[in-house]
This record gives sequence, C-alpha cells and structure tokens, in this order.
Amino acid sequence: MDVLDVARWQFGITTVYHFLMVPLTIGLSIVVAIMQTAWVVTGKRHYLAMTKFWGKLMLVNFAMGVVTGIVQEFQFGMAWSSYSKFVGDVFGAPLAMEGLVAFMVESTFLGLWIFGWERLPKRVHLACIWAASLASTVSAYFILSANSWMQHPVGIEFVDGKPRLNSIWALLTNNTALAAFPHTVAGGFAVAGTFLVGISAWHLWRKHRDSSAEDPDRRVWSSSLKLGAWIGMISFAAVALTGDAQGKLMFEQQPMKMAAAEALCHTEAPASFSVFAYGDVSRQDCENVKSITVPALLSFLAHNDFSTEVKGVGDLIHQYQAKYGSNYPVDPKLGELSGKPIDYVPVLPVTYWGFRFMIGFGGIAAAAALLALWLTRRGRIPRTKWFPRLALLSIATPFLANSFGWIFTEMGRQPFVVVPNPSGVDGVWMYTAQAVSSGVSVGEMLTSLIALTTVYGVLAVVEVYLLVRYARAGVAGVMPPPTDTEKSEDVLAFAY
Amino acid sequence: MDLSTIWFCLIVVLWLGYLFLEGFDFGVGILLGLLARDNTERRVMVNTIGPVWDGNEVWVLVAVGATFAAFPPWYATMLSTAYLPVLLILLALIGRGVAFEYRGKVDSARWRRRWDVVIQLGSWIPPLGWGLVLTAMATGLPLTKDGALSGGPLALFTPLALLGALAVAGFSILHGSVFLALKTEGEIRQRAGGFALRIGPLCLVPIAVLLVLLQVRQGSAWTLVLAAVALLAGVLALVRLRAGREGQSFALLGVLLVGVVVVLFGSAFPAVIPSTLDPAYSLTVANSASSPYTLGVMTWVAAFGTPAVLLYQSWTYWVFRRRIGTKHIPEVHVP
Repeated sequence: MDVLDVARWQFGITTVYHFLMVPLTIGLSIVVAIMQTAWVVTGKRHYLAMTKFWGKLMLVNFAMGVVTGIVQEFQFGMAWSSYSKFVGDVFGAPLAMEGLVAFMVESTFLGLWIFGWERLPKRVHLACIWAASLASTVSAYFILSANSWMQHPVGIEFVDGKPRLNSIWALLTNNTALAAFPHTVAGGFAVAGTFLVGISAWHLWRKHRDSSAEDPDRRVWSSSLKLGAWIGMISFAAVALTGDAQGKLMFEQQPMKMAAAEALCHTEAPASFSVFAYGDVSRQDCENVKSITVPALLSFLAHNDFSTEVKGVGDLIHQYQAKYGSNYPVDPKLGELSGKPIDYVPVLPVTYWGFRFMIGFGGIAAAAALLALWLTRRGRIPRTKWFPRLALLSIATPFLANSFGWIFTEMGRQPFVVVPNPSGVDGVWMYTAQAVSSGVSVGEMLTSLIALTTVYGVLAVVEVYLLVRYARAGVAGVMPPPTDTEKSEDVLAFAY
Repeated sequence: MDLSTIWFCLIVVLWLGYLFLEGFDFGVGILLGLLARDNTERRVMVNTIGPVWDGNEVWVLVAVGATFAAFPPWYATMLSTAYLPVLLILLALIGRGVAFEYRGKVDSARWRRRWDVVIQLGSWIPPLGWGLVLTAMATGLPLTKDGALSGGPLALFTPLALLGALAVAGFSILHGSVFLALKTEGEIRQRAGGFALRIGPLCLVPIAVLLVLLQVRQGSAWTLVLAAVALLAGVLALVRLRAGREGQSFALLGVLLVGVVVVLFGSAFPAVIPSTLDPAYSLTVANSASSPYTLGVMTWVAAFGTPAVLLYQSWTYWVFRRRIGTKHIPEVHVP
C-alpha cells in the first residue's frame, strides 16, 4: 500500500464513522426540541419525560459526533495538503463559515441546554435547544456546499493553474448542494425516526408482557413510537424525491457516476433500470451479468422521460479520455501512477451495490415504520417477541442506507477528487492521486490510520454500551423519582 | 493595512481566544488528579468547565478553518509537516471530550477512574502539542521548495519548539489553577489558590526563557516592550492572587498570554512559516494569502460572526457565574 491508498482508507473510515453520529444528531436534536416545545406549551409530564429520555440518548451520541468531527477539520491539511493548496481559495471559506457560524452556536447553546435546566427561564432554555439543533443543520449546509463544490465546481475562475472563487453566492446556491442538503437532512430524520420507533416498540412490548398493571410511562412510548414512525415515513418520501432530483443532476454533471451506479456498460436509449444483478458486475463489457430490469426507468430517472439516451461506461471512457487526457502527467509526486493511463471507471461493484443498498435499506426503514404504526394502531401491542426484535433491528437500516449513499457518491466520482464541471470553467479538476500530501510518509499515514481506527473502535463499543444501558433503563434512568425530603436550593439541577 | 494582514491578525486573535479559553480548561483537566481528594471534589472541578469546554474547543476549529480559508498553504504545511504531533493532539481531544460527557454516566469507581486518566492525558497533550507546533512554525522549519520538511518529522522538535511546549503547558496549569480558585468555594478554592502560588513561579520560567530567546533571535523594539509587559503581568498575576484577588489575577494572566502569542506570531511576521533552508521558500502572508475576493467575503462573515460569538459566549459565562462547591453537587442518579 502506498501513501495514497492509506490516506484514502483513512478518509473513508473516519468519514463514514463520523457520519454514523451526525445523522442521529441532526434528526434527534430537532426531535428533542419539538418534544420540549410540546412540554413547555402543554405542561404535560410525558412530554417532559420524552425530552429527558431522548435528550440523554442524543447527548451520548452528540459527544462522539463532536470529537470525530474535529478530525475532519484537520485531515484535509494533514493527509491531503496538495488538495488543500489547490482548492484552498474556494474550499476553505465554507469550512471556516461552518466553524464560526454553526459550530460556535451549536457547542455554546448545547452547553447552556445541558446545564441550564431549572437555572434558565423555561422559554430561554427551550430556545437553547432550538439554537443548538438548528446550528447542527446549518453546519450540514456549509459542509455539503463544500462537498458539492467537489462534485460540481461553480463560482470560480481559473487563475495561475488554480481555481479562484469569484462568487460565494454561486458556491452556496450550487444546485448540487441544494439537492444534497435536503437529501442528507431527510436521511438524518429517517435515522431519528426509526431510532424512536425501535426503542419505543421494545419498551411497549416489555411492559405489556411483564405486568398487567397500567404503566405510567406508556404514553411516553406510544407517543414516541407514533412520532418516530411518521417522521420515518415522511423523511423517506423526502429522501426519495430529493434523491430523484440528485439523479437528474448527476446525469448532467457526472455522467460516469450515473453509468457506474447502474454498471451500465453500453449506451441505451431508452435505458432500463437494473433492480438486481447476479454475476460479476465489475466487468466493463457486461459479460456474465444477468440483471432484472425495468424498461425505460433509467431514462426517466435521468431526464424525466422514457426515451432519453443514457451513456454507458464504454462510450464515456472515450469521451473522458478525449476531454481530460488518457494518461496522468509525468510527475514524481504521483508515484507509481506518474505517466500511467487514467482509469476513468469507478469500482463498479461498489457503486452498483452501494446505490442499491442505499435505496433498499432506506425502503426497509420506511416499511418498518409503517408496519410498526399499523401493528400498534389504537393502542394495540403485539405479544410476539418478533415485534421488538425486528423493531430494534430496523434501527440499523437507515444508518446503513446513509453510509452506502455516501460510499456510492464518493467512490462514484473517482478517479477525481474535484470532478470537472462539463459546463463550467475549463481546467478545474483534480485527480485523487494528485491530492495526497507529498511530505507525509507511509509510516506516518499508517500510524494515524491504525491509531484512529483503534480509538474509534473502542469508542464505538463504549457508545453503544451507554446507549443500550440508558435505552433499557427508560424514563426512570433520567428522571429521579420525587423525594420526600425538601431538595436544597443550592444543589445543581444537573452536573457531570 | 491590506486584507491579508488583517486576516493574519484575526488568526492570531483566534489562537489567542483558543489558548485563553481552553488553556484554563486544559489546566483544570491536568489538575484533576492533583487537587481533588475524592470524587465529589473531582466533580466540582469538572463542573466548573462543564458548560463551556465544548464552546472553548470550537475556537481551535475556527482558527484552523480560518487559516484554511485565508492562507491555504499555511494550513496545509502546518498540518502535514506536524503530522504526528497533530495526530496526538486530535486523539487527546477526542478522548477528553468523550470523557467529560461519559465519566458520570455510569456509577462505578472503576469507570470514573479510567475516564479520569483519559481527561488528564487528554489535557496534558494538547497544550504541549500546540506549544510545540506553533513555536516551531513561528521560529522556522527546514521547509523545502515544495513545502515539505527536510530531515523528516523529527526536524520539528527544535529546542525552541520544545520550550514552547513547556511554556503553553505551564501557562495552562497556572491559568487552570487560578480559574479553579475563581470558580470554586470552600477547601478546594484554598487549595487551588495555594497551588497556583507555589507552582506559579515555575510555570513562568519557560515562558520567560522563550520570550527572551525570541527577542534575541527575531525580536524588534515593539516585541521587547510587549514581552516586558507580558512578564510583568505574569508576576503581577501572582501578586494579586496572594492578595486574594482571583479575578484580577485571572485577567492579568490573559495579558501575559496576549503578550506571548503576539510576540510569537508577530516576530515572524510577515513570514508565517519561515524556511531555515532558504528565505525564498518561506511561507509569508503575501505568498500564501487567498484571493482578495475570498478574503473580502470572509471579512464580512468574521465582522458579524466574531462579535456575536463573543456576545453569546460571554452570556454563558454570566449564566454559570456562580462558584461551585461540594454542597452543590447532586447525588449520582444513573441507570
């Protein structure tokens, strides 16, 4: 393995890992804000219990999202210094804005929310969770603008061999970002929705089985389940709609990624959509692959009609070679790749299956939410032990869908790190092989890969352990029963 | 003053904000094992910074992010040449952040002991690491034409850089103990104040030596004045602490920090990372700045964003202004 491979694995592992925490933070923090609003407005105890219970799980997860996010801010400079120097004039701005505008608000107001119970006036305290949760969403907007610029560079001119920003407005309203943002945020709500459904279903089922007596917390779980299921289903619909918009942009902006998503070898008009393939999808000539297809659907996904021609991998290779060259430049920094032919085709099994797993797991999550809602209609609780098991398992599905979506979109733009914009400024693109730090040794890079992966692994175990512990304990774990003895005025309502 | 110089100043201010704010919370973390006698006292200490440590930490994200936006080659060169020290800092910040949030989540002495170790290690490493990296950058590195480090990663560990590491760590310990004296009450307040008075002179030594060496090496008339003011503030901070004026002492340590950081960055200006191989390879404010358009956009963002941050973060400190003692700590209630 050379520096490039290690750096790519490191970026992949740390980013996919970070993005396990992020969607839950984005979705759940707003859900908690909604619950607290309901409590402040109605004064009903079960809304307070919901706020405290889901708020605690949100915080356990939030801490991990924060600390793994620090690595993201630094690793462009550490491992991808050539990239940072090339795009810095454009790419640094949204990152700095994210820090100053979003992270500052998020961290400060979350601190106020955690420690502000009974110290701040109720409505001010409520405003704090709204500020923190909305700031998380705003941070997603900035970082997705940065990422979308790499998929579709806009707002720039080309000066002295480097892209130079000439319109921040164009960068922030990049159509790629405007589609990616709702798609990603809806993905976050899908995670929060099934999280609520899974844990609530388990509590409802357990209390129902263990005792015939009325459970005081039953409303907590039935309300949470209903809320979660609706959020899950609505967000899946939003994910599908925005995903469709992204598909159409991808067809224009990154035709190779589109073809790779389908493992579409030959140009088709009308193009059919492959639902499921068996055989080896990695071959660019489609020998030995059988596929279940829906005729003309891919044309519709690409261009809203049932006849549009969709280019296959084979034709696109020639097109890309003619436009962007067939060999890497001769440059010692490129190592083994210097002067070698450029492989314009992403790893097809990854893009093909990544795309299908994204859609498939997302669909399962939505179906699980719908099923849970049906099974618990009018206060029913299924007695079978499969009910909580499946509900808990379904928690994993939107996480998987999110991860596969990102793996697809990032692997699908290879070999580019900055993809050329077909209708943009000439010359602005960068191969991933050119982006890696030139002064960092394989040893250093391996050290960080191993160290970060190990620490992340240990912390994943700790986080899941705590989440399970608090989820099992239910409301009693976060709301101490009222004591007879008068509580001293001086004791803090919350302390670490 | 042109935009690139304004951004250089702004980045110095961001580092100042970071080292001032997280400096004391690093100090609190370092002192966790030294000043507290039991778990309740440890909880008192952790809770003095509980609501604010995360907001403090974001200052470094903004400092580094602003460097990326305003001086991309500076950002890229700093983080790739100091790869391993920065990695250690990141691991420390990861562990420490999680430890604050998780240490009280399970009621077990063993659980807490482990996280306390993480907090202490995680609070030692970043001030040492940032002291090393920032001093190495400001005093020059064997940078080649490509911005790589000639001589491998060890080239970073110059005597001056090591001194910088001690200086920032020393500052954090002193600042942290004065902060504890300011924010706690009862026995722990006495102990923290006494500790600061005893350790204070020792903490000031590497800072003083660093300032003298910087002055000799790359100083000018104004750095001399500033260094003298800084050291005077450091000594006065201890004098005022002895008189029981913890707030004044804390503020004077801020003056000390301003002096040290401004002298450090300012004595290298207009270079941001001087090359010891050839001045032509040095990264300077001029040759690494982003385009005027990008700097202009960022100036607008900073002009509105920074005062807002100062305002709401000050409000947080106002909300949590009360001193904390053992009697304020609630009983442990966890599943």
